Amino acid sequence: MKKLILLVIAMLLLALGCSKQEENSKTQPVAADKDSSTQIKAGFIYVGPVGDAGWTYAHDQGRIEMEKLPFVEPSTYIESVPEGAESARVITGLVQKGANLVFTTSFGYMDATLDVARRFKDVTFMHCSGFKSAENVGNYFGRMYEPRYLSGIVAGKMTKKNVIGYVAAFPIPEVIRGINAFTLGVQSVNPEAEVKVVWTQTWFDPGVERDAADSLLDVGADVLAMHQDAPATMQAAEARGAYVIGYNSDMRKFAPNAFLTAPVWNWGALYTKVAQQVADGSWESSAIWWGMKEGLVELAPMNPKVPAEVKALVAQKAAEIKKGTLHPFAGPIKNQQGETVVAAGSIPADGDLLGMNYFVSGVQGTISN
Amino acid sequence: MVEILLDATVRAGTPILFATLGAIINERAGIINLGIEGLMLIGALAGFAATSLSGSLLIGVIAAFVAALLAGSVHGFITVQLRGNQIVSGLALTMFGIGITALFGRSMVGLTIAGFERLTIPGLSMIPVIGKPFFNQDALIYLSFVLVFAIAFFFYRTRWGLALRTVGENPAAADTCGVPVNLYRFLAVSIGSGIVGIGGAYLSLASTPMWIENMSAGRGWIAVALVIFASWSSYRALAGAYLFGGITAMQLRFQAMGTTISAHILQMLPYIFTILVLVISTVRLAKGASQQPESLGQPYDREDRK
Repeated sequence: MKKLILLVIAMLLLALGCSKQEENSKTQPVAADKDSSTQIKAGFIYVGPVGDAGWTYAHDQGRIEMEKLPFVEPSTYIESVPEGAESARVITGLVQKGANLVFTTSFGYMDATLDVARRFKDVTFMHCSGFKSAENVGNYFGRMYEPRYLSGIVAGKMTKKNVIGYVAAFPIPEVIRGINAFTLGVQSVNPEAEVKVVWTQTWFDPGVERDAADSLLDVGADVLAMHQDAPATMQAAEARGAYVIGYNSDMRKFAPNAFLTAPVWNWGALYTKVAQQVADGSWESSAIWWGMKEGLVELAPMNPKVPAEVKALVAQKAAEIKKGTLHPFAGPIKNQQGETVVAAGSIPADGDLLGMNYFVSGVQGTISN
Repeated sequence: MVEILLDATVRAGTPILFATLGAIINERAGIINLGIEGLMLIGALAGFAATSLSGSLLIGVIAAFVAALLAGSVHGFITVQLRGNQIVSGLALTMFGIGITALFGRSMVGLTIAGFERLTIPGLSMIPVIGKPFFNQDALIYLSFVLVFAIAFFFYRTRWGLALRTVGENPAAADTCGVPVNLYRFLAVSIGSGIVGIGGAYLSLASTPMWIENMSAGRGWIAVALVIFASWSSYRALAGAYLFGGITAMQLRFQAMGTTISAHILQMLPYIFTILVLVISTVRLAKGASQQPESLGQPYDREDRK
């Protein structure tokens, strides 16, 4: 009998929790319609939980910022949606619930997004990190390599042993581009330093990420960088007295001493803009690849331990990137084998950057295609 | 190098070891528990929340044990008292664990605590090669060593252990001898679940002191498979958990050292190993060496005559 009561209490708690969540999404103020603009009811599909403190968390912060617009109704989001065909059902569900603007925030939703978009012509779809589009489907991503390059400058200046470790998820162009930009940043101030790469083959497994970070510290790395969704690398660096560069969002509280800075996403800048365009009818399908200039990506504030001269240098380089006078991948660039891949004086086209499949010299590790 | 590798092996293997030991206790009593993944998450969150609120790691570990024990007792109630389907109930427990920890863990994301520190055991830690990896670890790892021996001792050296094994092999026979079958089964499921919870707490209190949704990342399922590999023995569970942890640790370190072996081949190692293990245990099964409790997965009803 006691257990039965326990069970009932558990169910009640569950019901309470669920209703609370619904309430949350309804508390957003719904302001009056402005001028001629349509009300925006947005839906978001997330690949991970909003509690991941990383990728999905950053997108959700963007969603919350977008909701501050007067013509944006409380939005709906669905977490931990598996990539692939299954996601089409979830996207359709969002549209049927009344969403007229849908953001699908992971590469693996690309084909499902296009499939659903074909059936709902009056709904606007935005797919993150893909390369396909349609009349009512735009795609978007950020030039994360720009702040990665800047974070490389910080790492190159702060390393004493000239060994920098990089905990990386999967050998795909996005990650490889980040490693290369970071390494070019390191080498621009410290040609002696080497970047060692360890692949974890997972976006999200704190235990494995921690172990990978430890393995890099074991071979002598004194600064770590990472392309993962959990902050485990931060903790490894903190525990061993090394420095660390974060990713996705400002994660300094996980490593108050070790944290130097982090290249971070600011999706709010883009989501606000897209919502405005859809509302006033000016939206057109395009491939958006925004950088630091547009404010989609940036470098988190630096640790006070970083010397003022390094901060000044980074600020100067950041200004040059925003002005367009500095491009991290401007030639000459050599690959690991010493062959020139980008000729002196030339800048690779966006297509080449998006399909990057080689490591630049200075990276120690293999891509193994 | 060997020392570092062993050290990483022990640390990666410990959460899986706790989970496997808990699962073995469940299955020795004849109850399959597929809720391990959910129980680990419940333990991880309860441990982290309690430590974060009280500031005490000990309270965290106790909270993890109790929370997972309570969640496991629901599985026990359904499968033992109600004689419900063990597979369905276990899967439901995993889904419940993932959901409820995500819900109640929201406010815990981003909080930080001071995790378990290493405690050097004087003398033993001086042994060359194995001293440091095994005796310069944190308190939970020492607890896992003790548990491995305690569980083996309990199963084979005590009356209650004998009774519990009988309950798993032939509950009717145990019942005839006056063993309270349902009580044994219920307690085994509950306490076993509590131990799984400590495995979860190892993740959130020692390995990576933080709470993140779904942070067990499939380790519970590895434990479910390791129970078969370990053929329901706590010593072999230790070997299995460390082998699995060791292969993960090794392939990461090979990469860090800059070996020219493809990362993809290194990444395959744990899975090649899993297949090998399955082949070996199947061959042993064919030879009649199975240790599987005879009435595993079958509900017991005294009135039911076979």
